[in-house]
Amino acid sequence: MGSLLLHKLRSLLTTLGVLFGVSSVIAMLAIGEGASEEAQEQIRLLGSQNVIFRSVKPSEDAVSNQSTWSNNYGLTWKDFEAVRDTFPWVTRVVPVRVLMQDVRSGSNLIHPRVLATTSEYLEVTGRLVYQGRFLGVEDQRRIANVCVLGYEVARSFFPIRSAIGEKIKIGPEYFEVVGVLLPRVPIGNDVPLPGVGITSEVLIPLSTGRRWFGDMQVKIRSGSRDIEVVELHEVIAAVDLPQHVPLAAAAGRELLARRHRQADYEVVVPLELLARAEETKRIFNIVLGCIAGISLLVGGIGIMNVMLATVTERTREIGIRRALGAKKKHIMMQFLVETVVLSVGGGLVGIGVGIAIPSAVEYWADMRTIVTIDAPILAFGISVSIGLIFGLYPAWQAANMDPVEALRHE
Amino acid sequence: MEPVAELQDVSRVYRMGNTEVRALDEISVAFGLGDFWSVMGSSGSGKSTLLNLLGCIDRPTSGAYLVGGRDTKELDDDNLSQLRGADIGFIFQSFNLIPQLDVLENIMVPLFYQESPPLDGEDRARSLAERVGLADRMNHRPGELSGGQQQRVAIARSLINDPSLLLADEATGNLDTQTSREILDLFREFNEEGKTILLVTHEEEIGRQAHHVLRLKDGKIDEIGQGAG
Repeated sequence: MGSLLLHKLRSLLTTLGVLFGVSSVIAMLAIGEGASEEAQEQIRLLGSQNVIFRSVKPSEDAVSNQSTWSNNYGLTWKDFEAVRDTFPWVTRVVPVRVLMQDVRSGSNLIHPRVLATTSEYLEVTGRLVYQGRFLGVEDQRRIANVCVLGYEVARSFFPIRSAIGEKIKIGPEYFEVVGVLLPRVPIGNDVPLPGVGITSEVLIPLSTGRRWFGDMQVKIRSGSRDIEVVELHEVIAAVDLPQHVPLAAAAGRELLARRHRQADYEVVVPLELLARAEETKRIFNIVLGCIAGISLLVGGIGIMNVMLATVTERTREIGIRRALGAKKKHIMMQFLVETVVLSVGGGLVGIGVGIAIPSAVEYWADMRTIVTIDAPILAFGISVSIGLIFGLYPAWQAANMDPVEALRHE
Repeated sequence: MEPVAELQDVSRVYRMGNTEVRALDEISVAFGLGDFWSVMGSSGSGKSTLLNLLGCIDRPTSGAYLVGGRDTKELDDDNLSQLRGADIGFIFQSFNLIPQLDVLENIMVPLFYQESPPLDGEDRARSLAERVGLADRMNHRPGELSGGQQQRVAIARSLINDPSLLLADEATGNLDTQTSREILDLFREFNEEGKTILLVTHEEEIGRQAHHVLRLKDGKIDEIGQGAG
């Protein structure tokens, strides 16, 4: 054991391989775990029992041969009714329109997603109300000028006082704020608008939106006018049981395929995304395992290399110990223990570094990481076995030296 | 008297390529308890080979070697190691201490390899260190000691398991005359306490100090004579 201290620098350098191997195992596991957790949470936020139909603008060349003055595409109210009435498993269907409107409060101007939807939106998406209330059936019926703000919008318009009861301007119309939603994390497919997070959204009753803003949206784009007519941007269908989700998704795809001649919609199934995320995580784990395995292998070979050199260097000592009564197993143990001490030493520091890296990543890269308890245990086990596996041959070599030869060694 | 170690028609043949080298050729000799022997001969006469065989770190090609009446042929590697550790003490020309251990630890090394190490090992090591005159050097490393002191550590180490046979290989070869004499006195002292001592040397001066002198020539016994001691 003393000889390890005798060659401090060499021992230190030797352990680096295992150190990096072990720390990368832990760090990568933590980052992978964090990323997959985050992805799963996002998908869960979409509603794992939901099937989401979205309008998608068809590709340009598919549109160009249409000679209409406006660009009609996407989901229609007829689609909505078909989805609502066709499947036995669908318990609720929520229509959503996304309006391209400026939102003002006094001189403040922002461009959030203005969603026109029904009162069931809250329940189906699992969103939570932070202050006030959500849009009600009565608002819908009265075509009331009321709105619910996303957390970010509320905070940027009314940083100090409560937003409830305040008036904001959507497009040309004034709306009364009746509630504020809790924030949610961004969801994969939603591309955040420039300058604003995806949580910045304003919700108004569907009927009110239809009354003031109609179905037509005009986009001014580099001098040319782009007119789009979209009846519904999103239809969220909630399914009664998780096991019916694949059925509903398949049926929904077939239904829309029959109703639409062009690919101007997409079907998003969070449950399928979840499965895909699991698969991605599995692949990630395999890749990670390979990388960590290679670095540990390299670390192990480094240790073995140094131990072989040490055995040669200490041939005489081995001879002396043998002459003084050491059995083969004693010599074997001595070198094996030294190797294990080296690799475990590297492993322990590696565990420390491996736990530090995820926190650094969390701090600098703003990613979620999760260090599970089994990762350091696994890493410790790995470093012990590295020491045993790669120490075995040098130790065996040391133990089987001829004592006479070993004593003669200079 | 029952011999401590006895060689019966022992030969040791090395094979180097196609040629055979008979390092020892049918040697028979018995070393009695409490004897003080010196083994002499020019280099290549088989002294070292004899010592290796007596120390059980080598095995004879033919013939029998008995330690305390037991035939070493019947012992496997582990048993031989056990025998070495318990019944034989080694002292080398170049001291062969372990550099990273201090004096006390070096003396105690053979204890670790015993099947049932004594509980008073450290006390024993201390008193041995005092016996060989290293009372004030116990925690020094070999590198901090003179040659004579290092050899004293080696002698103390060889005695820690209270063996009956001490094998010294040119134990004074690296030391000056004065120190050699002191080391020799130590050997004589332990011999008087009943240890069988075998001193391998090529120095006539040293060899004559023993009771019996075994002269080797070309792997055969040239002469067994009386020493001055």
